[in-house]
Amino acid sequence: MNQAIRNTWIVALAMFALLFGSLTVVQFFEAENLNANPWNSRTIYKDFDKNRGAILVDGDPIAESVPSDDEFAYQRVYNEPELYAPITGFYSLVYASTQMESAMNDQLSGSGDEFFYEQIMQMFSGGQVEGASVELTLDAELQQLAWDLMPDGVKGSIVVMEPDTGNILAMVSKPSFDPNELAGHNTEEVTQNMAGLEEVPGLSPFINPANESLLAPGSVFKLVIASAALESGKYDADSKLDNPPALKLPGTNVELPNYVNGGCAARTTADFSFALEQSCNTPFAQIAMDLGEDAIAEQTAKFGYGESYQIPTHVTASRFPTGMSDDLLAQSAIGQYDVRVTPLQVAMTSAAIANDGVLMKPNLVRTVRAPDLRVMDSPKPEELRRSLSADNAKLIQDWMVNVVDRGIGGRAAIPGVEVAGKTGTAELMAGEEGNNSWFTGFAPADDPKAVVSVVFEDVDVATGSSLASTSAKQLLEAVLNK
Amino acid sequence: MSNIQTAPRSRRNTELLLLLLALVVGIGANMLVGLDQDRAFDSDFFTQGVTLVVLVLVVHVVLRLRAKYADPVILPIVTALNGIGLAMIHRLDIATGDSAATRQLFWTGVAIAVVVAVIWLLRDHRVLRRFTYLSLIASAALLIFPLLPFIGMEVNGARIWVNLGFATFQPGEIAKITLAIFFAGYLSTNRDLILLAGRKIGPLQLPRWQDMGPMLAAWLVSIGVLVFQRDLGSSILFFGLFMAMIYVATSRVSWVIIGLLMIAVGGFVAFQLFPHVTARINSWIKAFDPEVYNAIGGSHQIVQGLFGLASGALTGTGLGQGRPDLVTFANSDMIIAALGEELGLIGLSAIVMLYVLLISRGIRAALGSRDAFGKLLATGLSFTLALQCFVVIGGVTRLIPLTGLTTPFLAAGGSSLLANWLIVALLLLISDAARRPTMTGPANGSRSPGDRPGRRSKSDERNTGSTEVIQP
Repeated sequence: MNQAIRNTWIVALAMFALLFGSLTVVQFFEAENLNANPWNSRTIYKDFDKNRGAILVDGDPIAESVPSDDEFAYQRVYNEPELYAPITGFYSLVYASTQMESAMNDQLSGSGDEFFYEQIMQMFSGGQVEGASVELTLDAELQQLAWDLMPDGVKGSIVVMEPDTGNILAMVSKPSFDPNELAGHNTEEVTQNMAGLEEVPGLSPFINPANESLLAPGSVFKLVIASAALESGKYDADSKLDNPPALKLPGTNVELPNYVNGGCAARTTADFSFALEQSCNTPFAQIAMDLGEDAIAEQTAKFGYGESYQIPTHVTASRFPTGMSDDLLAQSAIGQYDVRVTPLQVAMTSAAIANDGVLMKPNLVRTVRAPDLRVMDSPKPEELRRSLSADNAKLIQDWMVNVVDRGIGGRAAIPGVEVAGKTGTAELMAGEEGNNSWFTGFAPADDPKAVVSVVFEDVDVATGSSLASTSAKQLLEAVLNK
Repeated sequence: MSNIQTAPRSRRNTELLLLLLALVVGIGANMLVGLDQDRAFDSDFFTQGVTLVVLVLVVHVVLRLRAKYADPVILPIVTALNGIGLAMIHRLDIATGDSAATRQLFWTGVAIAVVVAVIWLLRDHRVLRRFTYLSLIASAALLIFPLLPFIGMEVNGARIWVNLGFATFQPGEIAKITLAIFFAGYLSTNRDLILLAGRKIGPLQLPRWQDMGPMLAAWLVSIGVLVFQRDLGSSILFFGLFMAMIYVATSRVSWVIIGLLMIAVGGFVAFQLFPHVTARINSWIKAFDPEVYNAIGGSHQIVQGLFGLASGALTGTGLGQGRPDLVTFANSDMIIAALGEELGLIGLSAIVMLYVLLISRGIRAALGSRDAFGKLLATGLSFTLALQCFVVIGGVTRLIPLTGLTTPFLAAGGSSLLANWLIVALLLLISDAARRPTMTGPANGSRSPGDRPGRRSKSDERNTGSTEVIQP
């Protein structure tokens, strides 16, 4: 009988051996996978109990965690919520986190590798790792000014960037929203609020339109064609360009006209400067067909098209279509057809020209500071590539100055300062009223302090172009007065 | 007889020392819970601490008086487990605003009162042998109670509860003890008959049909519990208990094979026929299937439990630092997940090791016991504890399907606590009988010096009663 009892004991031990095995699998080998499972709200709950670092602009928190007396230790609060919503994003129990809250989560929550020491200490002390604060490159005054320049009810974006560093000084979009509505801990209320936000026309709370909405660029794309022309070596400042009032597109019955009431009609041949000043369509359409799709595609890539960036928030890749017939290529040359750009990409194009041909990587983060105020990271300006030669860049700078001086960008002129600029109007749908009105430029032209990219979506031509140019002027003026 | 012949020592002082250690573990855990929630040393903490100390010291003193040769490790292990359980239940109370810890403490008190009464009044486990068939009737009654109208209640689909008016109770928990007593009594009396008769087919010695009676009865009880009470866990437990005991009684592997075949057939039919069994199996195999996860009564609970265990990882979040309250039934069915989350793999392994020790001590008592009834009862009870741990922890870690059993001594629940403390009382008595010095030779022979005069006549009486010891 005792042998049977011993055997029973061995069976019991074998069962426990299996239990130790399965515990080890769950708590050790599979732990990482289980913790990463999207159904696992624990990771989020753990984060919501943390004193998450603040997001700062000019030293003031635009997002911060304050002690909370509900089931979580802290509540995320957004100050100036609508002004900064597309940049901060939100930090939500229900909808996870977006934009800066997501991109800088390792730093804000203190969970990144650079917190190794703090994490080890926390394992023994049982305390919580406090997150680092993230100071942005934004300028609070410029941001506010950009916001004020956009009328309510209009959809659009403004980007102001330093061409020599890539630092973004202002980035505003309308319509905006209040991230506090999504950061609450009452999941039912948050779900309702989100449903309400999704009703707002033109608003998507998950994206930053300045970085992630793809728009038809219209004539601001002519800067890319001009660059491609100069870089090809086939064209120079003295090149004579045919400037017919309309161009019959090959293989079709469609005519591509110059703007009927514009100054283009004055000349049937033009140089680059005149073609840009009056934004004539036909010369650029012909250049595009002459250079061919590949040469233009190559130039767009040099300006950063086709690439997505983390700045550190996500920037969607702008695109130039491929495999086009000549008539479509001609339409693409004036920023129509399927050319799609982000407002930031337009700013990057101007920035490369302003910075004598060198494209800097756009950036939103100035410093990452640990809770003990030690600087953990401060991104250095980073050169992406040379987009065009310095000489060619200078030529285009001069032409852009002429656009504002004596061309159709006159409303952007600032007395006593050389302002460089380019307007754009993209038809959204043939025969319909809505247009995207663009302005991009920089000042002072010989030593640019800032580039701007302004776009108003789905507006009529007159209001749009006047709004875009005057907004750009006031922003550049504000930068120069600093 | 296999017990090692050493000079018998009572080892009650060893027990006291270990007991103090166990109390430090349990009460220390409770203190940490309070510290991490910024409410250390509140009134709950003191009530719980002092009550636990008084209760287990009472058991210790009763053992000194009535069963001084009882195994010195069993009580400290159970005290530690009960204390850790109370601390975790208290910790979850703070998160949920419940007062389960107070109820658990009340039931600990009730359980210990019953333990004291059993040790004091029963004194010798062999008395229970007289109640073999009474135990069978009691088992049947206990299992039928929840099915009766008015007093029976259904909770979460299982009809295993009885409403006593002031509290609810799961009679099935007690039934596993009465069943163990019945099996031990029946098998110790009839084992010769069962062993000798029967046909031999190849290497397998098959039992006679009439000897299959109790096995069929056990099988029917298990299936009955599954069908009428919809309680898969208890069903497995009863059948496992019987299998272990019949194996120990007969040393025949053939019985085990027959039993496993029967359970396989029963299990397969149950899987096909009963939706509650199908649901359990699906939640086990397809736990991470979104459809099963989101279904009512689906795998949400087990998956959340796994998340809890995983977030604890190797070292745990620390008591009071995790979110074990995210798991449903965190303080009862899923308390292992809660402990794993906050104490980590290391802490949880230490707890599981306590069970291994406890069960080993129970088996040791069985080996040392001088009568077949005691051997069978101690093995059966120890194996029940082991099987219960296996079913619960295996279920929580997705080794096997999750069933609604509670972790002995840790989980919130009065019936389970009472039943498991009763098992401990019986194991203590059996170990006392096993380790007590044998009185052979003349009645005036040397007694161990610690024996009190008042006990002499009774212990002599018991020793003469042990002539029925059956040698294996």
